Amino acid sequence: MPASGQPISPQRRRFLTETARMAGGCVVAGSALAYLVNDARGLPAEALRPPGALPEADFLAACIRCGLCVRDCPYDTLSLAELGVDGPATGTPFFTARQVPCEMCEDVPCVAACPTGALDPSLTNIDDARMGTAVLVDQENCLNLLGLRCDVCYRVCPVIDEAITLELSHNVRSGHHAIFAPVVHADHCTGCGMCEKSCVLPEAAIKVLPVRLARGRSADHYRKGWEEKDARGAPVVEGIIDLPDRLPGPGTDNLTAPGGFEPALKLPGVKP
Amino acid sequence: MSATTKRLAGHEAIRVKGWLAAHKWLILRRLSQVMFLLVFLVGPWFGIWWVTGTLAGSRTFGVLPLTDPLVLLQSLVAGHLPELTAIVGALIVMAVYAVIGGRVFCSWVCPINPVTDGAHWLHDRLGFSKGWQPKRSTRLWILGAVLAVSAVTGTIAWEVVNPVTILHRGLVYGMGFAWALVGAVFLFDLVVARRGWCGHVCPVGAFYGLIGTKSLLRVSAVNRSACNDCMDCFAVCPESQVIPAALRGRDGASPLILSSDCTNCGRCIDVCAVDVFAFTHRCDTYVKNDEQLADKAA
Repeated sequence: MPASGQPISPQRRRFLTETARMAGGCVVAGSALAYLVNDARGLPAEALRPPGALPEADFLAACIRCGLCVRDCPYDTLSLAELGVDGPATGTPFFTARQVPCEMCEDVPCVAACPTGALDPSLTNIDDARMGTAVLVDQENCLNLLGLRCDVCYRVCPVIDEAITLELSHNVRSGHHAIFAPVVHADHCTGCGMCEKSCVLPEAAIKVLPVRLARGRSADHYRKGWEEKDARGAPVVEGIIDLPDRLPGPGTDNLTAPGGFEPALKLPGVKP
Repeated sequence: MSATTKRLAGHEAIRVKGWLAAHKWLILRRLSQVMFLLVFLVGPWFGIWWVTGTLAGSRTFGVLPLTDPLVLLQSLVAGHLPELTAIVGALIVMAVYAVIGGRVFCSWVCPINPVTDGAHWLHDRLGFSKGWQPKRSTRLWILGAVLAVSAVTGTIAWEVVNPVTILHRGLVYGMGFAWALVGAVFLFDLVVARRGWCGHVCPVGAFYGLIGTKSLLRVSAVNRSACNDCMDCFAVCPESQVIPAALRGRDGASPLILSSDCTNCGRCIDVCAVDVFAFTHRCDTYVKNDEQLADKAA
């Protein structure tokens, strides 16, 4: 800086003004852009990313929106989001299960086509894909839960008997039938959307949701006592004693009363 | 304004060389732009999959990967390390443009160029004033801001608004409201700022310009002694600030247009009735009858 009182040279003054002006303009324009970018982050719940897609935040840093995955999808499942028409960030690939579900190709061509790794190339077994998780969202309208034998979601599931099973229970309404409840097992569900696509209702009772919406998460410090006990072969806490349940009658482990049952908790070395 | 300045630039060239010769590079350039669109479109239109993808990233004949280097750079600063395919693709693109001139992308490939050229054509016909003319360095600032926003938000930021890739992707995969964005760029160039988008704002062009700083292919004012100061080259040049140093040749300056802003569009070669300009390489500093120029200056 020049000594006080000495005017700075016109060139220097011009340079400083120009730089300040440009920097200011860039802060304004950059903020506007950042706002738009932030706005583009929200992925609608019904828009599913292709198999192997990185978590959404990482995906938007990695996907260059070239559409090669779309081209190599043999079933026209994938499409690129069109500006102002589709919900996902403009130009990024997605599919809507109710319209065209993922057919779970064994060679996963979409992942092989991705040049950037936005679709993780370490996904080689399509059964490991987690595009979402199916959830039986409407238990009041599901035909199976009404006691009928629709079973379509179960039958079309590419991971049948693992991702969806039919769990039998007594049909209280009719009194002498069974309810075959479709139950999704998230550990095996790839989120392909076959079930949602095939649901016979006008609006699907089973839907594939993004994992963030479909699932809760257990706390890291939680332990399942019964598993720990089995693993250890002894009570987890030393010196525990089994006290008799006070209330006699059905629903208790009081075997002398009608309806009593064998207690689930059996402490080794303790005689009831 | 006198009648001569209102006259169509290149009028004299058409009279002397004939219409075709006076539009040679323009026609070739339009053909190139159409060709670069068609190779991407014959796939979805006719099932001829020579080239798959878009300008952001493509695969030619199933093997050759090409990636837009600026898109990939944003991805990098956003914190994603891309797979090798994309990196190789970007390196190939950068190598090619480093040789032929970075902004050759702008004038020979970019689908927005015909839009802004159209806006400029109409702008000329309507006799609008040049409007808002920010400094040419604005686009470099914007380029820096785009990279900063990418880094801060962790996304490929410019792709949210980039009319170049949005138009190209729109044509290949479905437009949506991309027309509105293209229309906005057209209007911006027509009424807000003459040659505004490509000449002052677009960070993609700025980045390609940086790639081509030392490019081999250059335009040279090889026959500058014949210049009759008709100013037609200045009128048609989208980056007219690149011309004077080479054309006027003060103090024996090189006849080569070395500024990386030059898009190698070749329009100056077309419109010059006395053939001052020619394509050459950056080591060719030959000047025809340069002593005459010195006399003229004296």
